[in-house]
Amino acid sequence: MAQSEASSPGPETAGALTTADGRPLAAALARASARARRRAFLLVLPLLAFILVTFVLPIGQMLLRSVHNDAFPRNMPALTAWFSANPRGTEPGEDAFAALAADLKGLRANRTAGEVGTRVNYEFSGTRSLFTATARNAEALAPPYREALLAADPAWGDPRLWAVMRDASRAITPNFYLAALDRARDETGAVVRAPPERRIYVLLFERTFLVAGVITALTLLLGYPVAHLLATLPLRWSNLLMIFVLLPFWTSLLVRTTAWIVLLQGQGVVNNVLVALGIVPDSGRLSLIYNQTGTIIAMTHILLPFMILPLYSVMRPIPPSYTRAARSLGASSWTAFRRIYFPLTLPGIAAGGLLVFILAVGYYITPALVGGASGQLISNLIAFHMSSSLNWSLAAALAAILLAAVLLLYWLYDRLIGIDNLKLG
Amino acid sequence: MDGSGQARGFVEFDRVQKSYDGVTLVVKDLNLAMPKGEFLTLLGPSGSGKTTCLMMLAGFETATHGEIRLDGRPITQVPPHRRGIGMVFQNYALFPHMTVAENLAFPLEVRGIGRAAREEKVRRALDMVQMAGFGGRRPAQLSGGQQQRIALARALVFEPELVLMDEPLGALDKQLRERMQFEIKHLHERLGITVVYVTHDQSEALTMSDRVAVFNDGMIQQLAPPDELYERPANSFVAQFIGENNRLPGRIESVEGGRALVRLDTGELIDATPVNVTGPGARTLVSIRPERVEFKPDQIPADAHTIEAEVLEFIYMGDSFRTRLRVAGSDDFIMKYRNAAGQRRLEPGERVTIGWSPADARALDMP
Repeated sequence: MAQSEASSPGPETAGALTTADGRPLAAALARASARARRRAFLLVLPLLAFILVTFVLPIGQMLLRSVHNDAFPRNMPALTAWFSANPRGTEPGEDAFAALAADLKGLRANRTAGEVGTRVNYEFSGTRSLFTATARNAEALAPPYREALLAADPAWGDPRLWAVMRDASRAITPNFYLAALDRARDETGAVVRAPPERRIYVLLFERTFLVAGVITALTLLLGYPVAHLLATLPLRWSNLLMIFVLLPFWTSLLVRTTAWIVLLQGQGVVNNVLVALGIVPDSGRLSLIYNQTGTIIAMTHILLPFMILPLYSVMRPIPPSYTRAARSLGASSWTAFRRIYFPLTLPGIAAGGLLVFILAVGYYITPALVGGASGQLISNLIAFHMSSSLNWSLAAALAAILLAAVLLLYWLYDRLIGIDNLKLG
Repeated sequence: MDGSGQARGFVEFDRVQKSYDGVTLVVKDLNLAMPKGEFLTLLGPSGSGKTTCLMMLAGFETATHGEIRLDGRPITQVPPHRRGIGMVFQNYALFPHMTVAENLAFPLEVRGIGRAAREEKVRRALDMVQMAGFGGRRPAQLSGGQQQRIALARALVFEPELVLMDEPLGALDKQLRERMQFEIKHLHERLGITVVYVTHDQSEALTMSDRVAVFNDGMIQQLAPPDELYERPANSFVAQFIGENNRLPGRIESVEGGRALVRLDTGELIDATPVNVTGPGARTLVSIRPERVEFKPDQIPADAHTIEAEVLEFIYMGDSFRTRLRVAGSDDFIMKYRNAAGQRRLEPGERVTIGWSPADARALDMP
């Protein structure tokens, strides 16, 4: 190496740098590091595959499901063809009813009336039985089909039903998102708000974000002094305190939530103590659980460590000399906290806040157990549509809106504070 | 202990004691008075109580007993931010989320000084430490020496009369440390401020200070100007702590006219100046600096006792030669002499007769 460097005029000559044997330096460097990069890639490959299969694919499928449902076009080909041939607003004539009758016979033969009925029922409730009942006797239908079907059930003449079927005939539809935002289409296809008694999702989104915000604020308020204590106490005491902070992690979530029920219920420990002390009359026991208050109390407790730990990890390396320097420079203890200590803990506050807020927005089990009616959050409704009403498309749309809102928050956070400042520990 | 004897100082410690645990005293009965404009260094090994004294003066620790006065006023009850004392910390403690200029403006801002005056003072302070043009940088973008200068400027920008420095050069490399020593010294002379400086580096203390207080075991062992400290240590701790030192144990034979005759444990007789020994018969540790030991007969006073030595090791140090000798049964007697033109180099195994002026050897207490 030494000789070639001395003899060849190569490396230091004008223009692009080259190696001793005259190859461009950049290419040589790329070749040299390619092997290391390949090895690194192979090492992360298993994790990449795991994430792809268990995370990216299911979420992608869920997002697809929120805009795609082909139960109707797949099982009702004739009527779907009629809808695409005739523009919106066309009065359904004999040809339309003939197509409907043909499809109903198909449903009977394939036993898929329930599937189609469910799809239409998502947007026009009470219509599932219409499909199943009519399909059951579809073999008896004979021309003229219009009269025959109206005789079977006059509901077949409802213009709203025809508008809903027209929407359902397209596999790709924004209707689930409309439903998730308390909107629907009327007979003419215009987007209108759902009737007041059916507007629940927007309210629930608002409540979810409000409750998550309150919980984040409460955990910060309660967690900040604890984290400071943890960071400044002598190691012996701070270790003990850390065990108390982590103790809830070692207990089942279900046990912790149930413990709150024992404490907070009408005849529970808290109310009994308040009554015994005469602070609250026996007739006016506080309702601390099975409502929003219960959700907030229990979730604040459960999410507190997620605020304390990032705060602690940011506070621990802040040397006490910063505050001392500020004090010696003439700042009162409050000013020293406000101008020096607090700004230095901002990355921890931001990390803890983001973590707690995102966890709270998607929390399911605690509000389900202690939330009652007023303490339910959007995730409880998503679970309801997943497991009870089986409207997976609506559940997917709700979940996608939640995801979008969280991503929006994340983006805002990045713009305001910068994601590089995030310190999770 | 206070050799200079002024009645009232600018900074006074009056019978100050400090205990953290209620069982042991970290600072035992500290009395100290320093005049305005003095550069006083608290020097001592770690755990000797010097930093505790500084922290009590700054207001971050409270004295368990006694009184600390600043310009005649007791400051025990005054919170740190009202004391108006500038302080430079060991790790600089520059606020990482502020620029250099904001760091410097901070003490002015909390004092309610207007923007225009603030900017002017910050500019002047940056000029003073030769860091003009660095105002927009963050502390993390500066080198250790630059951070040190900014920390210094920040402690001086609000024009305090007293500045405390807690091992401010400890994190710098040797060369930079020596340059900063002179810069701090020059700033002190130019601004006429009073400085209390804490260090465990004795050469730093000797270079910079007007007076040095040597701490050990919670007490001031000696408070004196650097030359006196080095040449006339008051006890064996100071002699050993400051500079290099040869120690010869023995017993006082006689004391006459400020001159003591000491019989070493191995039987030889040597001359020394009695410092804190009681009188004939007392055990003593004779202390002598390596550079005051002579081996050429014409350099040794005619009436002084001499002692036989064997050269064990010769080390070339550039500006000087360092030889390790066997003297009076001990193998670690060091003699240092200048690398002058034509100077003889001793060979290991060579036997020499060494001696010294009685004033340079000091008969101290046996610890």
